[in-house]
Amino acid sequence: MYSEKVMEHFRNPRNVGEVKKPDGIGEVGNPVCGDMMRITIKVKDDKIKDIKFKTLGCGAAIATSSMITELAIGKPLKEAEKISRQDIADALDGLPAQKMHCSVLAADGLREAIADYRSKIKK
Amino acid sequence: MDRLIYLDYAATTPMRPEVLEAMMPYFIEDFGNPSSLYTLGRQARGAVEDARDRIAAFIGANPREIVFTSGGTESDNMAIKGIAFANEKKGNHIITTPIEHHAVLEPCHFLAKRGYEITYLPVDEHGMVDPADVEKAITNKTVLVSIMHANNEVGTIEPLEEIGKITREKGVYLHTDAVQTFGHIPINVNELGVDLLSVSAHKLYGPKGVGVLYIRKGTRMVPTAHGGSQENNRRAGTHNVAGIVGLAKAVEIAEREMVSEAKRLSELRDRLLHGLIEKIPNARLTGHPTKRLPNNASVCLVGAEGEAMLLSLDMEGISLSSGSACTSGTLEPSHVLLAMGIPAEIAHSSLRLTLGDKTTREDVDYVLEILPPIVERLRAMSPLDEAWKGEQ
Ligand SMILES: Cc1ncc(COP(=O)(O)O)c(C=O)c1O
Repeated sequence: MYSEKVMEHFRNPRNVGEVKKPDGIGEVGNPVCGDMMRITIKVKDDKIKDIKFKTLGCGAAIATSSMITELAIGKPLKEAEKISRQDIADALDGLPAQKMHCSVLAADGLREAIADYRSKIKK
Repeated sequence: MDRLIYLDYAATTPMRPEVLEAMMPYFIEDFGNPSSLYTLGRQARGAVEDARDRIAAFIGANPREIVFTSGGTESDNMAIKGIAFANEKKGNHIITTPIEHHAVLEPCHFLAKRGYEITYLPVDEHGMVDPADVEKAITNKTVLVSIMHANNEVGTIEPLEEIGKITREKGVYLHTDAVQTFGHIPINVNELGVDLLSVSAHKLYGPKGVGVLYIRKGTRMVPTAHGGSQENNRRAGTHNVAGIVGLAKAVEIAEREMVSEAKRLSELRDRLLHGLIEKIPNARLTGHPTKRLPNNASVCLVGAEGEAMLLSLDMEGISLSSGSACTSGTLEPSHVLLAMGIPAEIAHSSLRLTLGDKTTREDVDYVLEILPPIVERLRAMSPLDEAWKGEQ
């Protein structure tokens, strides 16, 4: 059901944890639905300098979380926030149809972390 | 992968070699149609009737009360629709439970769309039905009560004997889905007081695609498959001779081994359950603590998601199942766990381990060694890692 790439990220997820003193935090999902994700980012020169995730969820939820941290790291915020669920799924060599919502979660989580960062620097 | 430990015997079982051996002649040599009158047909008919006798004796029934079907799903459908359609003059009310297998729930949904009234009795936190609720729910429009013998997810064994007394007294038909109990714990249709009972061969080391519906003599029902006059006009279609012979062989083995195997498995089950609860903080048993299938160990391990555990265990050679949403293809966790009042966020962390003839103590100990660190790893990855450590 899952691609080799999904399984590889599930087995060895990248960037698990929380960055110290995060500049932005994105929290999405809800435990009642079974998926819950928290992304923390460190921003420097308008780029994502560091990013980590914590996720409660199925294999796809963990793999998409791991993948988005890889896709986002080092990217300018303007590019990072454009990462779509399709980009994540493609980078994982595809996701089963009923698991696409997991990639939505990851994309939303990152956007929320970036929005959180922006709202903080405005103050 | 050097080790393969199958712990999903409630989903299906491997066939016993003796079962395959018994079936083999009926594919090529003794291939006759049991409805044909010449020797070849009569031989096949003889094999079907011998099987019928053996299965009837096994549950205290008369051979004429045994109808062969294509499995548990067909038996359940036939019982529910067959009774509903034949008793329309009496009423349109059916009583069942929210924890039934889909093979019972879906026929009920189908009938509900066509104007039937379906009552879903509550179950307690262990998944147990209260016979008093059955009594209260029966009206003069009730044509059928359908309550499973044991639940396939959490293993709870329902108080059918008491329910049977009530339905008999009230003159209402009682059906039970005994797919998980037949061949595993003793069944006597008269002691249970049931009028209809569903069986599936592949849950007791028999072949897939064959089953039985026991129908008590005098039960008013109509067929759901119309065609030839097989099975006394109750179920049309050429018999699955090899399958039927295989089921009878599986019953013969169960006659021999059921009691000692139930004892062996319940000891392994308890070792597994106690081990999990001891080694994994906040592990909780699902289903009844004592009135449960000998081979069913089911738990919720809140803070770790079911499918993620299942995949991690699969990498270690362990096969089992989960009631989490992500394993069902829907976004809802198991309807059984929800009906038992288990919150969705906990139901997503459910695992079902069901043991069988090849399960050893070493297998159980291997699971007890492999699973706790998996849970620990997934919990450490969770953004809610405090939730399960806390008071709960
Ligand atoms: C309780 C119960 N009822 C019915 C069925 C369906 O049986 P079958 O697979 O033979 O159609 C199953 C097994 O999947 C079951 O566990």
